[in-house]
Amino acid sequence: MWAYFLRRLLYAVPILFGVSLVVFSLFHLVGGDPATLLLGKHATAERVAMVRAELGLDRPMYVQFGDYLREVVTFDFGKSYTTREDIRDKISHGIWPTLWLSVPAFFLTAILSLSIALVVAYFRGTIIDRAAVIFFVLLMSLPSLAYILFGQYILAAYKGWFPISGYGASFQEKVYYLSLPVLISIFLNLGSDIRFFRNSIIEEINQDYVRTARAKGLNESLVYLKHVLKNSMIPVITYVVIQIPYLVLGSLLLESFFSIPGIGGMTVEAVNNSDFPVLKAMTTVISVLYILTTILTDVFYRMVDPRMSFGKRG
Amino acid sequence: MWQTALKKVFKKKMPLFCASIIIFFLAVAFACQFLGLASTWDAPIGAQYLPPAFTTFDMWLGTDILGRSVMYKVIQGTRIALSVGIITAILAAPIGIFFGMVSGYFGGFIDDVIVWFITTLSSIPSILLIIAISYSMGRGMTAVYIALTATSWIALARILRGEVLKHKQREYLIAAESIGVGHGQRIFKHLLPNVTHQIILSMTFMVEIAIRSEVLLSYLGLGVQNLPSWGKMIDDAKGELSTGVWWQLTGATVAMFFLMFAINVLGDYVRDALDPKAHS
Repeated sequence: MWAYFLRRLLYAVPILFGVSLVVFSLFHLVGGDPATLLLGKHATAERVAMVRAELGLDRPMYVQFGDYLREVVTFDFGKSYTTREDIRDKISHGIWPTLWLSVPAFFLTAILSLSIALVVAYFRGTIIDRAAVIFFVLLMSLPSLAYILFGQYILAAYKGWFPISGYGASFQEKVYYLSLPVLISIFLNLGSDIRFFRNSIIEEINQDYVRTARAKGLNESLVYLKHVLKNSMIPVITYVVIQIPYLVLGSLLLESFFSIPGIGGMTVEAVNNSDFPVLKAMTTVISVLYILTTILTDVFYRMVDPRMSFGKRG
Repeated sequence: MWQTALKKVFKKKMPLFCASIIIFFLAVAFACQFLGLASTWDAPIGAQYLPPAFTTFDMWLGTDILGRSVMYKVIQGTRIALSVGIITAILAAPIGIFFGMVSGYFGGFIDDVIVWFITTLSSIPSILLIIAISYSMGRGMTAVYIALTATSWIALARILRGEVLKHKQREYLIAAESIGVGHGQRIFKHLLPNVTHQIILSMTFMVEIAIRSEVLLSYLGLGVQNLPSWGKMIDDAKGELSTGVWWQLTGATVAMFFLMFAINVLGDYVRDALDPKAHS
């Protein structure tokens, strides 16, 4: 297992290099001149040259790429263009509000959709199943921005059941402000999650071993709860775990609509302010987390699923 | 395989219903593009924010901040949504097909490089990649197309690579090789027809994801400029709801909802019909 883990970590190095290359070329080669963007179109050539020198943009590309690689390795991304804040501080402050929103939403969505999917799959082929499937496709067909706009307007502004937006320091305040965004977040993912879980469970029900279990006279609910549930967890866990890196990104839309001072809201703000270093840092950090999570997931699988080995091409 | 599957799908009512929705949207988009339907969306038809009224067709969904017909904007939005979706799918599919097939077929060093590239791109959250690309390209339609294409081909390439790896072991390819059929012919004449269903399904979902992403890009101000896309309309609505103007948001949401629903359901039915392990 450790050998496998180390091999995966080694393989992550070229991936990380690839990510750095893509991000660097997007922001440096293709993306216009940040100095002009910062100063506006009417800035004098001298001012632009000065800012370029200040930002280190006048040096050769490979030096800048080297600098960026150093930033990636040390996680020190310099300062924001607009607020002059240290980006590492910015991210470490923003991460908590984001996690307060995304972690409860993530667990509640997973538990809720898995329970509903189990019930729906149990009634597979009946009218209940068909109605449920159509209903969940309806849920996932609505644009996410519409959920947020209608939710915020109807439940908060119009009915007054929830605060319109905000964030607080104490736990009570957090619950008070975050319950509506968490609720909306659950609805945003519920449809597609249930559909996927239902299909994974039903795929497992159609396996031969289930038929064997039934044939030897095993009680139907025992087959369902013991054998099917356990085996269908593999695709379900993959699906859930793969979302973990995105918890850090949070929801761009939810955070900016509910004025939650997290990473997602910061990203939106950085887009609006043309704050390249912040965008670059966000992209890099989240990609690194993504790579690490995938490795951990794969190791975890091989521990859980005896059919997979830690072998070379496994 | 295709004929029987399609026959199976269209025996049922639901997929027929969804297909007619999609054809209706396509017809509307076609009429906008070539027959000048709702081409006067830019001209005011009355005072600002008139509520919906069933007097004339252009008033069914009221007016927007500039007194323009929301109905006409929704109709023009159909054209924009479908062109974003379809152009993205048409641009992304060949890239995905090429990398997926080549990688799975040749294996070895080529495969390693392509897999590295695919893994690299999919390690960057697609929304950040889309933001970064449309940022770098400047605002406007072209940037939207390029950004969405750049992220859409990856899933297809990965699926096709897996499919080709499966097919490589099959007798028909080994037979083709043994009678001296060249690589190009083996890939395009023998392999490609066997993975077409995967390509079509992926393209359907590319259309869906592209239309959804356009809304997000519009919210970030990186989307389609100066044209009434659904994303832009939904984005405009964020300031309007609190003043009681609900029709612009509702119009765009409902239109988008029907298209997304039809694509999703039809895609599901087709996939089930093609899948030997159908979910039922």
